Amino acid sequence: MLGKLDWSAIPFEQPIPLGAALVVFLAAAAVLIWVTVKGYWPYLWDEWITSVDHKRIGVMYIVLAALMLLRGFVDAVMMRTQQVLAIHGPGYLPPEHYDQVFSAHGTIMIFFAAMPFVIGLMNFVVPLQLGIRDVAFPTLNSVSFWLTATGALLVNISLVVGEFARTGWLPYAPLSETTYSPGVGVDYYLWSIQISGVGTLLTGVNLATTILKMRAPGMGYLRMPMFCWTSLASNLLIVAAFPILTATLAMLTLDRYLGFHFFTNEAGGNQMMFMNLIWAWGHPEVYILVLPAFGIYSEIFSTFSSKPLFGYRSMVAATLFICIVSFMVWLHHFFTMGAGADVNAAFGIATSVIAVGTGVKIYNWLFTMYGGRVRFDTPMLWALGFVTTFIIGGMTGVLLAVPPADFMLHNSLFLVAHFHNVIISGVLFAAFAGFTYWFPKAFGFRLHEGWGKAAFWFTLAGYVLVFVPLYIVGLLGMTRRLQHIDMDLWTPWLVVAAFGIVVMIVGAACQVAQLVVSIRHRDELRDETGDPWDGRSLEWSTSSPPPFFNYARLPHVENEEPYWTIKQRAMEEQRPGEDESYEPIEMPRNSPTGFVTAFFSTLIGFALIWHIWWLAIVGFIGAYITFVVFAWREHGDYEVSAEEVERIDRDGRAAQLAWLRRRERVA
Amino acid sequence: MSDIDSRTDEELDRRDSAPGEERITEHELAGGLSGYLLGFGLAILLTIASFLAAQTGLIYQPAVISALVVLAIAQMGVHLVFFLHLTTGPDNTNNVLALAFGVLIVALVVIGSVWIMAHLNLNMAPMSAHQARMMP
Repeated sequence: MLGKLDWSAIPFEQPIPLGAALVVFLAAAAVLIWVTVKGYWPYLWDEWITSVDHKRIGVMYIVLAALMLLRGFVDAVMMRTQQVLAIHGPGYLPPEHYDQVFSAHGTIMIFFAAMPFVIGLMNFVVPLQLGIRDVAFPTLNSVSFWLTATGALLVNISLVVGEFARTGWLPYAPLSETTYSPGVGVDYYLWSIQISGVGTLLTGVNLATTILKMRAPGMGYLRMPMFCWTSLASNLLIVAAFPILTATLAMLTLDRYLGFHFFTNEAGGNQMMFMNLIWAWGHPEVYILVLPAFGIYSEIFSTFSSKPLFGYRSMVAATLFICIVSFMVWLHHFFTMGAGADVNAAFGIATSVIAVGTGVKIYNWLFTMYGGRVRFDTPMLWALGFVTTFIIGGMTGVLLAVPPADFMLHNSLFLVAHFHNVIISGVLFAAFAGFTYWFPKAFGFRLHEGWGKAAFWFTLAGYVLVFVPLYIVGLLGMTRRLQHIDMDLWTPWLVVAAFGIVVMIVGAACQVAQLVVSIRHRDELRDETGDPWDGRSLEWSTSSPPPFFNYARLPHVENEEPYWTIKQRAMEEQRPGEDESYEPIEMPRNSPTGFVTAFFSTLIGFALIWHIWWLAIVGFIGAYITFVVFAWREHGDYEVSAEEVERIDRDGRAAQLAWLRRRERVA
Repeated sequence: MSDIDSRTDEELDRRDSAPGEERITEHELAGGLSGYLLGFGLAILLTIASFLAAQTGLIYQPAVISALVVLAIAQMGVHLVFFLHLTTGPDNTNNVLALAFGVLIVALVVIGSVWIMAHLNLNMAPMSAHQARMMP
């Protein structure tokens, strides 16, 4: 009846996961009770869960990402403390638990923290920057989000029910085959990544279509803001690369469930093929994450330097260059697999060459600041922290791209320090920068500057204190994923790294404090004009938060910085644009399709992990019926009357006019 | 959106349009019902040809594989032109670019994988004759 599931799946004998699960469970229960007591369910259901508004979905993506970021951070804290406590001793995490911790850390950080954060920002910002009212397929967007949430839920269920993979964040075969991993850990990994991977692929299709087909009148490709360009490249990479991941994991699933031999040691399987295929997805994935981050930095450098972006066209070229070349470097993840000098040299050179694209971008950002009036608000601090530290990570990357050096350094903490160096400053700082930058647009008030700056300085200091020692112990020969340590040479550096993680904890606490303080003081931090940072692209031309239809009239774009032009003209003429007549707008109707699909996907995933076949069949039938019901719907759109549009738009314009008057008086 | 719906078919066709989105198809060889029928006929012909090549002695034996590859590529062409409505017209730039990008990525991954997998034993220690015989 319940397949492999019985009471032995609950780890009663392990206090740490059980205690953690209890805390999470109590917190979740407290939130649910609070929502029920306050009677928020109808509001949550109508305005958020069934919403197909790209802004709402973007916000939900970021909430999910923030929660998972905390979960992944807890794993990181556990690893750093374990390595300090396990010098000449067992530490507090037994090996089988420690292995799950580092596997879960990588999986959660990449798939459920970084990806949703980046996708959430793209979801929120891209349609606003393009001057349109929603993405190309709004309901599909909701489905994508809820499938990602399903994946995250399954990974977290593995904390209490059963176990997680002990294979590392990429389940290398043959370790991940049933011979060596007979438990459900790898199955949790496979099904949660497969389900959320479908969501990511649909997002890629959705956003690529949106950017290619749905720009505001006059917005040619070379008038798109930089963030839209990098989002386009990133989504093209998603469409091209995620099918490889899906296919590879599907083959591993066949091996595990139906006795196939794609990646086994025996019967003609080839585990090297797993390494090859997973990295053919894995390297483009790096750029899927970092390209939108580069876009965020481009917007921020330009806005806070009060200058147009330097070298816009070279930036576009560099983005597309990275987009293509990212598919030509994947072997550098397994130089030591034995491919020989010719192959290694070719991929090593390609890897060094891809750094040129990034180098072009760095110089463009520096020249954007040069001669500008630079304002050091929190988003700009994150961007400056990025430029200074990312260059070090980039250079160690070029060092690792040299095959002979890689033979010395592969699988060492030097490698671990390198990729954390680039992904934390490259993606995480960008996520925080973008979060602070666009928060006022989403909610109508700014985040508290003092707490934001404190969060930045503590995070930056902690990050340097953690990873510089890891570079050094890596050079001293320490390999990654060690559960206990017997070398005294490494001890001082591991202690410094553990101190660094304490500083990072303070940074994380500042982030939470920033959010709490800002919400409590939202009236003082209110952004009335919709343009808190003196912005240059279209999202700042509408009110904060934007009306659900974004723009009462689609803006007409005449150059690369449409809002800057509108603003200058408005200041000259002392009025915010012409008063035109309003027209009715068609908007997509809310739909529970995404949530219901995800509910059935959770059933499918959980059932397949535990071999509960009847439940899997129920899930499939339910998901299929949901699809049919949605496909046969009578009304997809509804009309917002011209009067309604005018009423909502008038408030925003009144605030802009008041700003112009105030400015006039000051001048 | 209403903005797009209000335009005429001719205006719409001059934009980049997705496969099957074009409103005016008379001037296209692959348009309309006759286009689908023509495509269907060609696809069937190519399928029969492949079976003939493989199962009869009609073609010089060592050349069968090359013939099958050629017929398969022709089959893909028929599908692209008649069913996916890929043309060289200005309304199709996006679709042609998407196809080119797809072909490029598939080529990179396939050729790269074959190249990598064929060289994996280069760093192995030299084998004795006996060991070599034991290789799978």
